Amino acid sequence: MSVHGFRRTATGRIVLRVDAVEKGLLVTLLEQLADFVAPEDLDDEDPLVAMVGLDPDAVRPEDPALARLLPDAYLDDDAAAAQFRRFTERSLRETKLAHTQTALETLRRSGEKVTLGRDEAGAWLGALNDVRLALGTRLGVTEEGMEELASLPDDDPRAATFHIYDWLTYLQETLVRALMP
Amino acid sequence: MTTAPTELERPDVGLASATDVPWITIVWNDPVNLMSYVTYVFMTYFKYSREKAEKLMMQVHQDGRSVVSSGSREEMERDVSAMHSYGLWATLAKDDS
Repeated sequence: MSVHGFRRTATGRIVLRVDAVEKGLLVTLLEQLADFVAPEDLDDEDPLVAMVGLDPDAVRPEDPALARLLPDAYLDDDAAAAQFRRFTERSLRETKLAHTQTALETLRRSGEKVTLGRDEAGAWLGALNDVRLALGTRLGVTEEGMEELASLPDDDPRAATFHIYDWLTYLQETLVRALMP
Repeated sequence: MTTAPTELERPDVGLASATDVPWITIVWNDPVNLMSYVTYVFMTYFKYSREKAEKLMMQVHQDGRSVVSSGSREEMERDVSAMHSYGLWATLAKDDS
């Protein structure tokens, strides 16, 4: 993986440089994230319910990675957490999906140099963070366990995922730096 | 080195009565979110100065949690929703401190 990352130009635009392999990997990861966070299509959905962003069937996801992306808003009050989720989870999923789709669009319209406006860069930041949250949860990342993950033998199935996670961490760090006022 | 911007506190709209228990938004530590990103989110969403944002971020990192805003329940639900859209782990609670 290269060490280009994001940078801010003199005119305030954000530029990402990627080679073809990196670009393909980003597209794959972002497409997976889009599938992961997209609101579930409800058959025979009441259009009014959809319009106001309600999801009467929303419950805490069983998948730990999805639960991390769509966390409970109340720690010790299951009823309040469930109600909050019914009212907000759908729009949270739509926000995350929109970030991801914006990032994908900027990749598809670009070659190895991806030029972003501020809003697009903000969408990238959210999407990169969400991919890292999902991968980090799958890997069981902890603050104490980073060295162990970094020194996994190549034949360990987690090693390749960790390399991608580590690269995304670098990319996100360069994007935060480029956006920081 | 950069100059710290003037701190902008969000105005208290004053709708809550004096007997209302204030609510707080708590951001919890997690091993994935970058320290720089958490600082950036606090500066961008809450319009906190870099100094205040970094102090809150360090509280999250070292103490495991930090109270990042307080107000009415509706305001805190809005803040928690925003933190979730940024991917931060946040909850709201009554302020019983």
